[in-house]
Amino acid sequence: MKGLTAFLGILGKDMRMYYLKPPNISWGLIFPVAWAGMFLVRSGRALEEVMSILPGIVTVSILFGTTSMLAVTVTFEKKNASFDRLLLAPLPLEIIMLAKTSGAILFGVANGLVPLLIASIITSLPGISWGLLLAGSLLTAVSSTFLGLFVAVAVSEVFEAQTFSNFLRFPMIFLCGLFIPVSSLPVFLRPLSYILPATWGADLLRRSVTGSGAFETMAALVILASMSLLLYAFSLRNIRRKWIT
Amino acid sequence: MPLTTSSSAASAADDPGPAAPAGPAVEARDLRKSFGEVLALAGVSFEIRQGELFGLLGPNGAGKTTTIRILTGLSRCDSGSVRVAGIDCSSNPRAALGHIGVVPDESNLYPELTGFENLCFCASLYGVGRSERRERANSLLGRFGLAEAAGRKFAGYSRGMKRKLTIAAGLIHQPGILFLDEPTTGIDVGSAREIRQLLTELRGSGTTILLTTHYIEEAERLCDRIAFMLAGRITKVDTLRNLLEPLQGLHAMDVSFSGGSDTILPAVTRALPELAFTKTGSSSLRVSASGPFGIGALVRAIEAEGGEVLEARRVRPSLEEVFVRETSIGPEAMKREKERQARPS
Repeated sequence: MKGLTAFLGILGKDMRMYYLKPPNISWGLIFPVAWAGMFLVRSGRALEEVMSILPGIVTVSILFGTTSMLAVTVTFEKKNASFDRLLLAPLPLEIIMLAKTSGAILFGVANGLVPLLIASIITSLPGISWGLLLAGSLLTAVSSTFLGLFVAVAVSEVFEAQTFSNFLRFPMIFLCGLFIPVSSLPVFLRPLSYILPATWGADLLRRSVTGSGAFETMAALVILASMSLLLYAFSLRNIRRKWIT
Repeated sequence: MPLTTSSSAASAADDPGPAAPAGPAVEARDLRKSFGEVLALAGVSFEIRQGELFGLLGPNGAGKTTTIRILTGLSRCDSGSVRVAGIDCSSNPRAALGHIGVVPDESNLYPELTGFENLCFCASLYGVGRSERRERANSLLGRFGLAEAAGRKFAGYSRGMKRKLTIAAGLIHQPGILFLDEPTTGIDVGSAREIRQLLTELRGSGTTILLTTHYIEEAERLCDRIAFMLAGRITKVDTLRNLLEPLQGLHAMDVSFSGGSDTILPAVTRALPELAFTKTGSSSLRVSASGPFGIGALVRAIEAEGGEVLEARRVRPSLEEVFVRETSIGPEAMKREKERQARPS
């Protein structure tokens, strides 16, 4: 119960201080809308065909939503020593970091909902597997967040975290099969695609929306969950090695 | 309203471990720590008794902050052992965190949150329930004279207010052991006095306190026992009375005058061979002797060289004297260096 109090305290503080600030909320709304508009205009498709690009927009929204603030909530707090307050709390490091990343996960999922809401105005969202969509969105958010965490704790400066984060995020959009199927990528790039969490997350979301995907659902779920655990474990290891010196 | 703390924070922590035993509250044994080529701690050992206010006194870079970071689990030592509240922290540095409160040398609360929100957040980290943490936060804000600023953002606080709120944050979970790193550095005289008063009250309520400071008079006034720390080593640990004991037979005087020490010193040394002289400044000397001595002959000797005595002050046995003798570091130099660092850029 006391661990839960601490967990909610950290989550609530991050929400108030970072995620629920007007600039961040407006970014969370504008970004998915801009992406959706950009792809519709570029592809020249009719509004009714929005379902074909919806999984991609949701994935990108989640990816950017989860990773947008981690450089601040983690790297900056470490830099200005307020992170030490958390390290001094009688809590396992696993709980502390889970609380620190929960805000990003929630914000990412909320960002992913924006294109869905917009699409629901245009179409009736036929044939969506809501259970799979929820599981896929959540796992995509968790894995993206832990990828962002991995970057945030691997560096010591905020600008480094932001730079490396962008270095990963933007190529990921084109390598994860969202807009170019993995099977159409050059052979030497495919292994890179398979180690990106977004590849598996995007496939789950595509299957949940369109009913078809490149990978087995269960395999994608297990691989995405495993990647999340691995990234989280590496991040904790980095914190213990680099921040508690 | 006096400050009170529980015997330990066991009630607030998830897994605080066993209750604090009757042995030392803190025990450090042969702590060694290097940062690359730099040796920060070269075998630091000491213990702090239950309810004691223990002072670590030393210049910048002596290893005081590194010691606190190791004792609180924020750093790992290369070798040595630590016991806090009877819990062996050598294998698990985080094991005793429920028992301790930490006040770092730099305020590290959240600038975007108000004073009240900061305290409530810190209490939540120790599992304190909503109504209880609001009550504690209001009580501490009142006790630290910050009630009126409770709703203001921490970023807008003055340096003294920030320091007081940081101390309040270290107490919000009512720890049995409190670590304070330079709590009065760089703040106004009034706030420093209030903080010293609070520390006295805390000690009175049974809280064990480790205080690091470079203010000799602060250590002298507050601490039950004092350790001198220099270049990663503890060179002396004792009570104030025992530290002053060797100086009880001291007969010395600080004399300042017009004219240069370089001219006056050889002259007075020749004129008064039974006294010992040490240059302490460009126009000042320290005179010492094995027994009581008068000042008349000294004044005449200085005047014979064209100087004029401006001030003569008897040197009484003080911690400052002990510290200077032990470390060869002038207290003013230590204070100046620290205040220069504390000054906002």
